[in-house]
Amino acid sequence: MSRSSDFLRRLFSSWTTALGAVLLFIIVVAAIFGPIVYTVDPFEMLGRPAQLPSARFPLGTDVSGRDILAGILNGARVSLIVGLAASLGATLIGIVIGALSGYFGGLIDDTLMRITDFFLTVPNFVLLLVIVSVFTSTIEVITLAIAFVSWPSVARLVRSEFASHASREYVHACRGLGMSHMEIMGRQILPNVMAPIIVVSSLMVASAILTEAGLSFLGLSDPDIVSWGYMIGVGRTVLRSAWWMAAIPGVMIVLAVLAINLVGEGLNDALNPRMRQR
Amino acid sequence: MTLLKVHKLVRHFPVSRGFGSSAIVRAVDGVDLEIAPGETLAIVGESGCGKSSLARCVAGLDTATSGKVEVEGTDSADMLTADPMRFRRSIQMVFQDPYSSVNPRRRIGEIIGDGLRLHKLVPRAQRAERVRELLEQVGLAADYADRYPHELSGGQRQRVSIARALAVNPRLIVCDEPVSALDVSVQAQVMNLLVRLQRDHGVAYLFISHDLALVRHIAHKVAVMYLGQVVESGDAAIFDQGFLHPYAQSLFDAAPRIGRPEGEEVELLEGDVPSPISPPSGCRFHTRCPQTIDRCKVEAPDLRPVAGRDVRCHRAEEMLARMMPPQAEAAFGTG
Amino acid sequence: MTSLLTVKSLCVGFPGKRGVLPAVEDLDFHIAPGETLAIVGESGSGKSTAALSIPGLLSRSSRPVVSGSVRFEGQEMLNMPDRKLARMRGPDVGMIFQDPSTSLNPVFTIGRQICEPLRTHMGLDARAAEARAIELLELVKVSAPEQRLAQYPHNLSGGMRQRVMIAIALACSPRLLIADEPTTALDVTVQAQVLRLISGLQKSLGMAVLLITHDLGVVWETADRVIVMYAGRKVEEGPVRRILSQPSHPYTEGLLRAARKEGRDGFLTEIPGVVPPPHQRPPGCAFEPRCARAIAACRAAVPAIRSTGPGQVAACIRAEEGQPA
Ligand SMILES: Nc1ncnc2c1ncn2[C@@H]1O[C@H](COP(=O)(O)OP(=O)(O)O)[C@@H](O)[C@H]1O
Ligand SMILES: Nc1ncnc2c1ncn2[C@@H]1O[C@H](COP(=O)(O)OP(=O)(O)O)[C@@H](O)[C@H]1O
Ligand code: SF4
Ligand SMILES: [Mg+2]
Ligand SMILES: [Mg+2]
Repeated sequence: MSRSSDFLRRLFSSWTTALGAVLLFIIVVAAIFGPIVYTVDPFEMLGRPAQLPSARFPLGTDVSGRDILAGILNGARVSLIVGLAASLGATLIGIVIGALSGYFGGLIDDTLMRITDFFLTVPNFVLLLVIVSVFTSTIEVITLAIAFVSWPSVARLVRSEFASHASREYVHACRGLGMSHMEIMGRQILPNVMAPIIVVSSLMVASAILTEAGLSFLGLSDPDIVSWGYMIGVGRTVLRSAWWMAAIPGVMIVLAVLAINLVGEGLNDALNPRMRQR
Repeated sequence: MTLLKVHKLVRHFPVSRGFGSSAIVRAVDGVDLEIAPGETLAIVGESGCGKSSLARCVAGLDTATSGKVEVEGTDSADMLTADPMRFRRSIQMVFQDPYSSVNPRRRIGEIIGDGLRLHKLVPRAQRAERVRELLEQVGLAADYADRYPHELSGGQRQRVSIARALAVNPRLIVCDEPVSALDVSVQAQVMNLLVRLQRDHGVAYLFISHDLALVRHIAHKVAVMYLGQVVESGDAAIFDQGFLHPYAQSLFDAAPRIGRPEGEEVELLEGDVPSPISPPSGCRFHTRCPQTIDRCKVEAPDLRPVAGRDVRCHRAEEMLARMMPPQAEAAFGTG
Repeated sequence: MTSLLTVKSLCVGFPGKRGVLPAVEDLDFHIAPGETLAIVGESGSGKSTAALSIPGLLSRSSRPVVSGSVRFEGQEMLNMPDRKLARMRGPDVGMIFQDPSTSLNPVFTIGRQICEPLRTHMGLDARAAEARAIELLELVKVSAPEQRLAQYPHNLSGGMRQRVMIAIALACSPRLLIADEPTTALDVTVQAQVLRLISGLQKSLGMAVLLITHDLGVVWETADRVIVMYAGRKVEEGPVRRILSQPSHPYTEGLLRAARKEGRDGFLTEIPGVVPPPHQRPPGCAFEPRCARAIAACRAAVPAIRSTGPGQVAACIRAEEGQPA
């Protein structure tokens, strides 16, 4: 009880975190309820193209006369879901690889880290382009692909945490009791190292959103789905005459990424034991 | 029958020294030990002499480079492959650091209950009850079961470690400096707890320490180690008779002692312990030994019986003669 | 008796969640020139806090609340401006700490770390500083001192590093050396060497030593007088030989029994219970819950310090009734 309220107090003790949390809350609410309340189809051509905001189209229309607000609300869903799912996937892969590597060390460590290093040295976006061009670009494939290129940083972190815990005496004691490696890794060590993992994977949500936006901007994402990156890509052609068309989704991406980063930073401070002394 | 028999145990660690070259740390280099049921064998030596490496091999947490550990007549390596859980129930370990030896994220009750659960020693419904009993046995109130380690002091955490080991009713507990990190007044509490448990349950201890005075009261047998080898070992009587090996003597004399007469000059060892990567030739102690003779530099002494104990020193007989007045020697009956 | 250092009613507290927690309360003591005073007590009793507040080394970030008076040769050191304090450290007061591996800077050579105070405080030039550094290393019995100057701390053993720390502390020939558990991290055979070194230097240089330790054996072998601290307060003080043969405070007595590893029938003499943390100290005598001789009056008020023998004082209302250990 007091522990969790203590944690929340620490979390929101800085105004930047509070700001991030408020922003994130608004975006999440918009993503969940927006398309339910505002039921306009983002793909339907409803009016003249490139209209300025009006009562009928609160954020105007795009080059094909589609409602920009409807696009923004539906895009929020796509961005958040892709961001969360990709980050979750990357975190899971990273935890498994990092834990095995750090806990067992030796040959397993050498092999897994060689693979990790390979992924770290190849530029993520290039790898993504390869994957996306090989497979059909549905949103599921995109999400998996982003997870697939993002896990190495989690794996690195998890590995160093597990390696440091693997040599602690409580782990020896567990082995001495005959506990299985699986249980030691999952039930004994993992809870101790969750804090930094949570921080890294929350920040990874933001980078996954950016990556997805980059892909759809290039028109490589799922053509059946409206996302913020796709909207920027569409607006790009008329940037001189109708700049808001690209600017509105652009601002949304910046806000979402900023909000997630602020909250991630806040988590980092709140979960970091060294900061607790104050 | 002996409970534990350690035969010519060797543990070498290969280490890289950069630029592709490597070396071998001779952490444990041919150690023989024997412990009978209900007995305490104390291993004493300074840091780096291989005590913990030896302890981990005995407790089945590390594999010896060569040599053998037998538990109740069965080879421990065989037992660990054939019936690992039986081995775990025979030997448990208590560690030095009260902070890292308990998992900070788990409740005391869970930590102590792990052994009961893994070895299915009591039905699930009675586990909490058994944990309470164990807590009481180590002198902690039953309500500690719901607390987290950070709410406990160092001495209390060591009691938790002892209870965790005790949970599986082991025949032997390897105690690796269990009180070295505690204050003296708390040290005595934990030592007394160990003695009481031994008398109640007949558990044997391999008790590791760097403090000869501390083990004096609890040890039935003692072995002094230097650079991976036993240099003197025997039963507790040698505390009263005095040590024969020059290193064991120095270790005994160097410890500050309340009440030592002011004028009494103690001969101090020079320098530090040499690296176990390249131990000195001949007798490993010859670089610091006040008694060195030429023979010590070239010929490694064996551990051999002298005056009712085992000593690894060429000059053991001379040390004995010097230590004891002739009449005492006669009464002592050396062969 | 002239006094080099006089500490009067020193109180140090650290602000925490539950208000300011007292680490040192109402501490009085003095050190004469050339004398070795030991402060002994279990961990958390406030020894380090007391020692660090003397040369103003308490870390600012923990926002310590300090009151009382610390006079070095009559000069008040509490509230002294930092710059002036820094000038006193070195020439007047040298310090060595428990862990030589953290108090030496790993990225600088030994030579540089010894020469630094020589150049800033003594105004020596590079060559003179180096010559003096070699002298100092010889003084603390470091072998091959010329070669050591170019080495880094990680090249040295623990005992060697502690010798280097002592050499640095001695660089400006301080009149007071404060040693906070200088041998706790060392092995006994090396501890004996370092203690002998400190006593030897003290005699030859005539400096006073404030030795902090938890080991009564170390006190016996090195100190002239001893202060026993418990839960932030002084509970007993007097000449070492007197205190360790006829302690008048029950805590000192218990500590002595524990330190002697006195045993009967395989059991050691223990002090029951644990040291109370700062926020749980009882109102009267802090030792009362663990004390075999406690009476109701012990809970009433903190016992005053009283004389209990030649040069011996203790804070226990039942001191007279005690038996010599
Ligand atoms: N895993 C390891 N790898 C390399 N060297 C080791 C390892 N464990 C211990 N050592 C070395 O072996 C020697 C003995 O260590 P240890 O058994 O811990 O001694 P003790 O417990 O007596 O202090 C030391 O020199 C130590 O550095
Ligand atoms: N920087 C600090 N911040 C908060 N509390 C401290 C700090 N330093 C010491 N204390 C507290 O002051 C008390 C005395 O500590 P210390 O002087 O280190 O004792 P000792 O050296 O005798 O072990 C302890 O309860 C400790 O927790
Ligand atoms: S064999 Fe020689 S060097 Fe070794 S301990 Fe004996 S006297 Fe000393
Ligand atoms: Mg060890
Ligand atoms: Mg201290």
